[in-house]
Amino acid sequence: MTNFEPTIIAFVCNWCTYTAADLAGTSRQAYPQNVRMIRVMCTGMVDPQYIIKALLEGADGVLVSGCHPGDCHYINGNFKARRRIKLLKEILPRFGFEPERLRLTWIGASDGIQFAETMRELVAQVKTLGPTQAKLKMVI
Amino acid sequence: MASAKIEVKDRDILEALRQLLGSILRIDDVKALLVPSRLPMKQMVMPMLITDPDRLDGIDPLAPAYPMNTAKVVSKLSRKPVGGTIVVVMRPCEIRAFIELVKLKQGRLEELIILSIDCLGAFRNADYLRLAGGDSPLTSLDFCRRALAGKTGTEEGIDIAPACRACEYPVAEGADVVIGLLGVDVDDHLLLQSQSEKGSNLLSRLDLPSASTEKNREQVIAELVARRSAYRDEMFSATGQAVQDLERLTTYLAGCVNCYNCRVACPVCYCKECVFVTDVFNHEPIQYLQWAQRKGMIKMPTDTVFYHLTRLAHMSTACVGCGQCSNACPNDIPVMELFRTVAQSTQQAFDYVAGRGVDEKPPLSEFRENEFNEVVGIGAK
Repeated sequence: MTNFEPTIIAFVCNWCTYTAADLAGTSRQAYPQNVRMIRVMCTGMVDPQYIIKALLEGADGVLVSGCHPGDCHYINGNFKARRRIKLLKEILPRFGFEPERLRLTWIGASDGIQFAETMRELVAQVKTLGPTQAKLKMVI
Repeated sequence: MASAKIEVKDRDILEALRQLLGSILRIDDVKALLVPSRLPMKQMVMPMLITDPDRLDGIDPLAPAYPMNTAKVVSKLSRKPVGGTIVVVMRPCEIRAFIELVKLKQGRLEELIILSIDCLGAFRNADYLRLAGGDSPLTSLDFCRRALAGKTGTEEGIDIAPACRACEYPVAEGADVVIGLLGVDVDDHLLLQSQSEKGSNLLSRLDLPSASTEKNREQVIAELVARRSAYRDEMFSATGQAVQDLERLTTYLAGCVNCYNCRVACPVCYCKECVFVTDVFNHEPIQYLQWAQRKGMIKMPTDTVFYHLTRLAHMSTACVGCGQCSNACPNDIPVMELFRTVAQSTQQAFDYVAGRGVDEKPPLSEFRENEFNEVVGIGAK
């Protein structure tokens, strides 16, 4: 599929990655429009069900991104998020979801350039994977 | 830890257990006994809370019936102090589920003494009701003898539930006292083995003859576990293939009507209000129409695969494989097979075994600073 434009849902934490996205914007750093951001107060509040829902609704990729370890505004939310991502990476591939469709990154508030770079790379990766099975098959 | 034995007269194992439980119930600070018993009105066996030692006629902890996971009942009984001991007779998987509930603060071990009889398995509910009714009903003692001889299936070819055939825990590690049948000459005696201080205290107060070593026991258990593990591994690989992509998973779950019985029957699904029965999923009618319009059609009720995947994410690390989910499914979807197969890998990922030790924290309730870095970053697997 040559003109495949993936949809990527990004759960970004208010204090770090969302701020980095803001910074990317004010610094005129361009990044692909495929990323739909959902601001959450902390990656620690991203219940696995949000990620599962996004993937079943046809998201080609899901990103969870928060503060670097040790920098969490709520002290340890990102550590909890990491365990949940580990859990989902055990579950989802068993049902044919490529592990690369789920990403966890740490992007700090001042990493505007890194944010834009990560988004570009993420979109490129998901483009190579092609459309998700949830788009092609009926999900009950 | 201490061991003792109780004598079996006239090959009646049930009577021997009745005597034992009666003398336990007569101990001063034992307030009550929770034990599977026959209901007077029907051939069904349910957990019965007994306080009168003369009312033990109907007890039947050997019945191959497993209508519910008793962990839920024991959680209700142990939530708050009662000022005395309750002795509960539980299957190994019930104990493991209860240990998970204790970790989740849904029950307490403090005033309980847990007894567990070597578990020979149980039939699916529908099968048990058919076998226990009819003209020549299957008796618990018959089943027990046949199962000890290695034959759990009936002449008509009905075998115990798949969950039991795949269960590698016939002997309860978490019990205070294990009542041993496997590798024991049950026509002569039953073995009692304490596995905790509470258990040893109980045995010492019962004044029972001490047991000699059972030479065959370890080997008999090892053989049974090997047989069941082989069945389990085959189940894992068959189920893994049956759900290996979304299309196949959808096919697997096609009969699901979103009744959530599997959640209700699950001993470790402890949320008072599951998100799937809240208003979050009580959508406006127009919402369904919009979804349908977007795709041309949607299956009603919606969110079936979503429900099962979320349940796996929320609870598979606590799954003990008791099989009550399959028992509860009105459309015979092999939910236990799916759950156990996934639970195996999620528990392995966190080096966790559900129900193993009360001191091990559930994987999603703790974390370390430096771990699982392989899932972080844009190049992660």
